[in-house]
Amino acid sequence: MSRVITKFTTRVPHWRPHVTPVDLDHASDEQREALRETPSNTKISEYVLVLAHDPQALTLRTPLFNGIMYDPGGLSRAERELGAVAASFVNRCIYCAAVHASRYNQITKDSSVMQKVFLDGEKADIDPRAKAILSFGVKLSLCPPEITAEDVDALRAVGLDSQEILDLTLSTALFGWANRLMHTLGEPVEKS
Amino acid sequence: MSDHILERAAGVAQAGGELGAALATRARLMDLTQGSHDAALLPKTPGGLAHGLRAHLAARMSRICSDDALAHHYDRLGEVSPDLADLARPGHQPEAPRLAALVAYVDKMTLHPKEATAQDIDILRDAGVAEDDIVRLAGLVAFVNYQIRVAKVLRVMEGQS
Repeated sequence: MSRVITKFTTRVPHWRPHVTPVDLDHASDEQREALRETPSNTKISEYVLVLAHDPQALTLRTPLFNGIMYDPGGLSRAERELGAVAASFVNRCIYCAAVHASRYNQITKDSSVMQKVFLDGEKADIDPRAKAILSFGVKLSLCPPEITAEDVDALRAVGLDSQEILDLTLSTALFGWANRLMHTLGEPVEKS
Repeated sequence: MSDHILERAAGVAQAGGELGAALATRARLMDLTQGSHDAALLPKTPGGLAHGLRAHLAARMSRICSDDALAHHYDRLGEVSPDLADLARPGHQPEAPRLAALVAYVDKMTLHPKEATAQDIDILRDAGVAEDDIVRLAGLVAFVNYQIRVAKVLRVMEGQS
């Protein structure tokens, strides 16, 4: 059996489900309909086949996921990924952190930010705007979430407007959601 | 004016100014969020997780996260199952093994999702929770934790405007 990965990495692991995925050949019409769109338009993975056990939720969740991460305007793509990584860091979802840190690296063409985040977390020595976004994402992901007016002001102080703050909130909270699926319904293992 | 649960609980259903404009830009996403609420709390196919049970578990998560407005909303949704109302109180531990397993999962994945292991799923399975109900439960917990965090920030932003 492949080894479970427990340390943060930007190398995307394989995700091994704890729950039996839906068998596509025997899927209901509603399940097939729910699988027409996939998160980030990737292939139909074992993960979405697990989620297909609840097709009504999946049918809404996939366009919501794609909209929060990719709809135009507002917060940049890279900074939405940073919110996703902040949540995945707090919730220790190694798989989500790997996928979204590597997307951040692809967009920014700079792997040094994620290296520092994985090493030092909130204390990472990164530029003030990225640091404010990371710090907000970490506080929002705690339980209970610890966001005050000062935290919102800290984002405004580095130049985020209300639209960008809403978009960061959506991407960070969305990963509070995604982490609670990926990190509980399966686990990351080395690719064989 | 928004009739969505999240915006109403956050007190931003009639928000104007920059915040109102930002929410209007993401109106499609807020609609999908409301649809996801209905899918998690009032699904057409509830399986082994009845609507009332879901509502009380959502109220429990809202209280764990100190969100009184969402807790109040979920208490009202839970009125269809008054016999399960104790579940809405954090700390209350039911004796029935299946309910106890559901509550243990809800509490752990709300408070400490980072500690999740394969064993947490085994506990549900051993308590008689079917595979599709495990996915439904995970989806409920994950959605409510998302909703609580979006509401938290919207409430703070509205307080500043």
